Amino acid sequence: MSDITASGVQPAESVSVRSRFPVHVAVFLAPALAIYTLFSIYPLIDTIRLSFYTGDESGARHFAGLANFYTLLTDPAWSGHFWNALRNNLVFFAVHMVVQNAIGLGLAMLLSLPRLTGGSVYRTLLFLPTMLSVVIIGFIWQLMLNPLWGIAEKILSAVGLGSFFGPWLGQETTALITISLISVWQFVGIPMMLIYAALLNIPDDLLDAAIVDGAGPFSVFWFVRLPLILPTLGVVSILTFVANFNAFDLIYAIKGALAGPNFSTDILGTFFYRTFFGYQLQVGSPTMGATVATAMLIIILLGVLIYLFGVQRRLQRHTF
Amino acid sequence: MRPNIRPGRIAVHIALVLYTILAIGPIALILINAFKTRRAIFSDPLGFPDARTFTTIGFDQVFTKSDFGLYFVNSLTVTVVSLGLIILIGAMAAWALTEYRFRGNTIIALYMAIGIMVPIRLGSVSILRMMVELNLVNTLTALVLVYVAQGLPLAILILGEFIQQIPRDLRDAARCDGVSEYRIFASIILPLITPAIATVAVFTMVPIWNDLWFPLILAPGDGKQTVTLGVQQFIGQYVTDWNAVLASLTLAIAPILVLYLLFSRYLVRGLTAGAVK
Repeated sequence: MSDITASGVQPAESVSVRSRFPVHVAVFLAPALAIYTLFSIYPLIDTIRLSFYTGDESGARHFAGLANFYTLLTDPAWSGHFWNALRNNLVFFAVHMVVQNAIGLGLAMLLSLPRLTGGSVYRTLLFLPTMLSVVIIGFIWQLMLNPLWGIAEKILSAVGLGSFFGPWLGQETTALITISLISVWQFVGIPMMLIYAALLNIPDDLLDAAIVDGAGPFSVFWFVRLPLILPTLGVVSILTFVANFNAFDLIYAIKGALAGPNFSTDILGTFFYRTFFGYQLQVGSPTMGATVATAMLIIILLGVLIYLFGVQRRLQRHTF
Repeated sequence: MRPNIRPGRIAVHIALVLYTILAIGPIALILINAFKTRRAIFSDPLGFPDARTFTTIGFDQVFTKSDFGLYFVNSLTVTVVSLGLIILIGAMAAWALTEYRFRGNTIIALYMAIGIMVPIRLGSVSILRMMVELNLVNTLTALVLVYVAQGLPLAILILGEFIQQIPRDLRDAARCDGVSEYRIFASIILPLITPAIATVAVFTMVPIWNDLWFPLILAPGDGKQTVTLGVQQFIGQYVTDWNAVLASLTLAIAPILVLYLLFSRYLVRGLTAGAVK
């Protein structure tokens, strides 16, 4: 803070306030900077610091360098769970990228049709699941897919797919995909809305010009609209990535901290929780928890960096 | 009604209606069955409750076996206080960062932006340690502090973009009259940003209300549970009592549903900001 007040306003740069000493700038910024630094940035840095320490029975902490990371990645007691969680998380993300963004794009295309009757009603209803708590959505689908209640089976039978039904949430082979699809079902509203907004931003002249030039609906989509909404698809992808690699609530609600059956739905968020708090007979470990959190942080930062330098720079932004 | 309804349009509506049923069907099913007897829930899950099958036994169970009213007040307190602080503090910072040029402006703006991409959840180990030291475990204050820190970065971004659109003439005129910067902010800028509050609310209020992680870690007991955590704990305990489970889900859905249907226009507008004019 002090360097803001001390440095003063540079006359050449100053637009609105010329010769005033900006104490008020410090006053305006102080509360936000204080709370944000104390409860967001400091804990993140402290977590990284903690990941370099180990605790012993007496509660004392010793600096251990990269030993925790070495344990996490190579010790059989840890690495199996870590790689399993990372792999599951990648599947979780892949399902979102493919299914959620495809459905979101499709719905946005339909909603952006000119003079669509009832467009705002559709938008409101389609976005509704996104507003509800992930926990509530988890329980709703747990009931829906419960073979005891049999409602999913009944509905599938009605459209001739009854034999297809199985206890999807309970089987090791299908549980992760099912949970991913539940999450897709809930959050499809976000890509839908963002892409819809991007589609509306395309000026009609551009589309008209393409049509006058003889482009069919497919070419208009492929060569005019899709390139123009690519930056939005990039934003959607990185938002999905961060949310997915930070997810926890849905799996905890449906499967509990053990992410069963046999850890088949375990993702980094649930693995972090178990490591930090412990479960059943396993005692939680703050330092190993911090290590897992730091690993997640690195993964998320890698994703963000790839997006910022690999994707966003290549995508030209169009402003009209 | 336009006379020339094309078959293509009908196909579009069929697709949209089918997906809408998929999107709200499960929620509607929960709401419908919450008011039915256990027998009717299983024998006729798709039917509406009628005189024979109507019951509120599930709700009675929820209210006698859990402190649902208390959880609701907790959630409401945390959400409203956090949102209020995020908007006030966020607007102050956004105003400072967009209005004034000073050394470090860009660096501070970037510093604040870290929180948009990096989830604060990953700092939970240290946050819990801090809250233990500050004696704030199992208090709503702990949740408010964390949620304000979590919500500020995005709020500052949104409010900053909004403040930029406010015409300069207003504040310049005020400055000519010798009005202090604090008063310019309080009496000119704050009233003008009210439309942006809906947008900030979409992005901050809903995640706060729905969050499970921080209530689970920072305030899991002592009657400080939020609705989301309370329902999670309740269902974990009464998982076989279908009436109670459905009723507790309905109680958790209802307030959001009512608020959403009342304010959806603003929320949708906030999400598609700039596009739908």
